[in-house]
Amino acid sequence: MIKGNFIDNLPKVYGIYTGGFLAFIIIMAIAEQMGMSAKAIGICFVAFTVAIYAIIGYLSRTAQADAYYVAGRQVPTVFNGMATAADWMSGASFVAMAGGIYFKGYGYMALLVGWTGGYVLVASLLAPYLRKFGCYTVPDFIGTRYGGNLSRLMAVIVLTVASFTYVTAQINATGTIASVALDIPFQYAVYVGLISILLCSMLGGMRGVTWTQVAQYIVLIIAYLLPVFWISNKIGAGFFPHFMLADEVSRIAELEAQFGFVKNSAENLKEVPKGLAGITKAHSAVNATPWAFISLALAMMMGTASLPHVMMRYFTTPSVKAARKSVGWSLFFIFLLYSSAPMLATLSKLALIDPSLPTGIIGKSVSEVQAIDWYQNWNQANLMFISDFNGNGTVELNEFFMGGKAVVLATPEIAGLPYVISGLVAAGGMAAAMSTADGLILAIANALSHDLYYKIIDPKAETAKRLVVARVLLVVIGFAGATIAAMEIQGILGSVIWAFDFAMSGLFFPLVLGVWWKRANREGAIAGMALGLISGAGYLIWVRNGGSGFLGITQLTFGIFGSAVSLVSMVVVSLITAEPNAATQKMVDEVRVPSGKSILGKQH
Amino acid sequence: MSKQAQHWEKTRGLLMVTLAIWFVFSIGIFLFGAEMNEVTGPFGYPLTYWFTCQGSLGIFVILIFWFANRQEKIDEEFGFSERGDD
Repeated sequence: MIKGNFIDNLPKVYGIYTGGFLAFIIIMAIAEQMGMSAKAIGICFVAFTVAIYAIIGYLSRTAQADAYYVAGRQVPTVFNGMATAADWMSGASFVAMAGGIYFKGYGYMALLVGWTGGYVLVASLLAPYLRKFGCYTVPDFIGTRYGGNLSRLMAVIVLTVASFTYVTAQINATGTIASVALDIPFQYAVYVGLISILLCSMLGGMRGVTWTQVAQYIVLIIAYLLPVFWISNKIGAGFFPHFMLADEVSRIAELEAQFGFVKNSAENLKEVPKGLAGITKAHSAVNATPWAFISLALAMMMGTASLPHVMMRYFTTPSVKAARKSVGWSLFFIFLLYSSAPMLATLSKLALIDPSLPTGIIGKSVSEVQAIDWYQNWNQANLMFISDFNGNGTVELNEFFMGGKAVVLATPEIAGLPYVISGLVAAGGMAAAMSTADGLILAIANALSHDLYYKIIDPKAETAKRLVVARVLLVVIGFAGATIAAMEIQGILGSVIWAFDFAMSGLFFPLVLGVWWKRANREGAIAGMALGLISGAGYLIWVRNGGSGFLGITQLTFGIFGSAVSLVSMVVVSLITAEPNAATQKMVDEVRVPSGKSILGKQH
Repeated sequence: MSKQAQHWEKTRGLLMVTLAIWFVFSIGIFLFGAEMNEVTGPFGYPLTYWFTCQGSLGIFVILIFWFANRQEKIDEEFGFSERGDD
């Protein structure tokens, strides 16, 4: 079914799919009117979408190495853009980002700038050259450009550390959503999430993941934009929120000035359930120092350009030219969601704090708010909390607490949208987390199976055997990730940011200099990867254990230190050792020319 | 200078321009975040706020497409562009 003319029919296939999904939403809305329970709607949304992904995964099964590793290098630019956007936007982007903006304002929005600006680096410094190289994985580039098993192995290690940190967070997110939507305990829900993830990737490898990611993007973007537009219209903020919320933004600033940010005593805060926060920072004012903002944005940008699961999406395009364009499309599709997150945060905050809106709770009596249906639901889910600290009987700004996830998950309900929207949002969150988890697990499994097993351990292995090894590793890594996720060690967002820092510490300069500096050699690259990763990780451990840090580099931006060490050590070691041989230099020249054969053969 | 070296020189020039624009909108303007936020930006949002929500993000999208087109022109000029339309 998925052969030859499938590529030509893509717009039609996904057009029908999108129409079908919209029809499904309408059917669910009608079912809700006819009395279908909220729980049943939630189950239908998650089960229906996951079943579709599984079918796509099955239809994309393959026994060929280049289909398994790089989807046969025939993914058109626009579709690769959608797949990359789904690959990129994780559970954190979908569920946690609007919440972060809601609570932290400007300081947090460095992530928006960082997670988009990084694509300029991807497009200009790396993606087209790595596509020309013709590699299957990121360590494949490092191993061939610098030569030797040690450099390849180092790249595999950095990739695994960064991606694994990231993937546990994503499996955690699928588990959270599955446990809420299907109403099962989290420890089991994590494995339900994992099995859904593996269904997409196991049979078809990169090919399966590509076509499910496109499907997941369509679900997640509808699930994000529909509520934003609906809420904006419902509370009368404007029919196109992105261009029309200026009055709402200044109204929030006005209310903030009126209420003031009262600091709660530590004793009062002890009452508040863990993970919930109040509004303590101004919504649209600049509330962070330039360096705090810039360092976080910079770390995220360099991390973007070093994360292997994104980079390998550009290995699937038909040409170098297509790889460049595809980066633009990726960012366009990401932009659609990222530019909506601040709008959702604005609408959500205004709906809750403006006393002149029917949904506003600030200034109402505590007992009145405690009687509201949605408050009771989300209070029970441990995502909302009020307490009358000053004992005056009314809810003040500093007496209302909410979890970060609630901004995306609860705002539709607060604004009075039908439950079908909440079901849709759950399906969207699931799609976002699954697509990222798939990309990451595949990146790790491919690096281990291709670079470690095939290139280092058993270079004579048959294709069939290689693909069996790849699939076994996929399952093993998935289960390892799920097991760690089930232990719930750290929050979703924190570990995502760490993954970026690890990736940039070890891989940014070895990748960039591999293309842009001919003099870079094996010894330099190994030093750059090893010392970068070690110093970055060391800094993180030091700061976590009470170290004071320096230059304002925090545990969220330790990659700046790691990558600086990586750059210096790579340059110094390269210069004091012999320059790369003529063959390597010629290879670099070849990479810089877009036309002609790729460096590595079609099958390697 | 060989054709290849000239091609690379132009490519490097384009990279520098691209990175300069990128630097301005991802780092440069945020050095003056507090001052800029006093100004009213597009659609009536405070200017720095608008850049973090939409401005910088949108500029990056346009920048990448612009870069891709310029690079294609450079490749064509030296006969290095690939056949096939995508």
